[in-house]
Amino acid sequence: MSDKPPTSLGSALLVLGCPQVPVQTSIALYLINRLKKSGFVPVVAGNKAANTLLVIADPERHYIGEIMDLDRAVAMITEQKRDFDRCFVFIHNDAGISYAGTMGAISKAKLFTLVYGEHYEDLVKQIDFPCTIIAAKAIHNPLPLKKAIDEVTPWAV
Amino acid sequence: MGCVESMNYEILMRHGSFKECREYIRQHFKEYIDVQPGFKIFDVHLIGIPPITIGLENDFIIFPYTKPCHGTFLLRVEDTVEAARLRAAKK
Repeated sequence: MSDKPPTSLGSALLVLGCPQVPVQTSIALYLINRLKKSGFVPVVAGNKAANTLLVIADPERHYIGEIMDLDRAVAMITEQKRDFDRCFVFIHNDAGISYAGTMGAISKAKLFTLVYGEHYEDLVKQIDFPCTIIAAKAIHNPLPLKKAIDEVTPWAV
Repeated sequence: MGCVESMNYEILMRHGSFKECREYIRQHFKEYIDVQPGFKIFDVHLIGIPPITIGLENDFIIFPYTKPCHGTFLLRVEDTVEAARLRAAKK
């Protein structure tokens, strides 16, 4: 059986937050892999620390493809130079909510919010814009969030 | 966002939530405008849940500035040209 993904279903933007909570990098690599296998072209947008954690973890780029600065991604979408079919915003603090609200307003992508960390329930209550919420109390152990993602299967057509 | 960070700004609120910053502007400044996320001010595309509120006080602009690791800062920056541009956008 070929490992090649099926014909591209489109592009998926992963918006990374501050990498303060350990599960982010692990879940990002997992999601990138699932998206690629389903035929999406994943693109990562994060700050320098979040992006560097991914690049160092995947030096031969088996998983990550295009990776860009978060502010640049916001600028390109706002200026309508680029957009994506799906957008996943990683949220573990108030800034994450702000970035998700921004993506919901500027992008036509189907929006998914991945909410995790110690205060994930309080953060979920703050989300009052249209999106699919995937949430779990995951801090060091990525499995609760992985399980929540698997139940939603956001890579499905 | 190098430009804003090199500006002579005053921080009115730090590590606040985006909502707290919006409420602060509406409570403390008579003149304000609401814009959509991505609205460009100086060299920054504003981040936040719509509507994003920007305060105006003479030549000073009060706006939320969000950074992934540090939350939202409420900044106060003096800029005659930008204040005039925002007032024009308001009309």
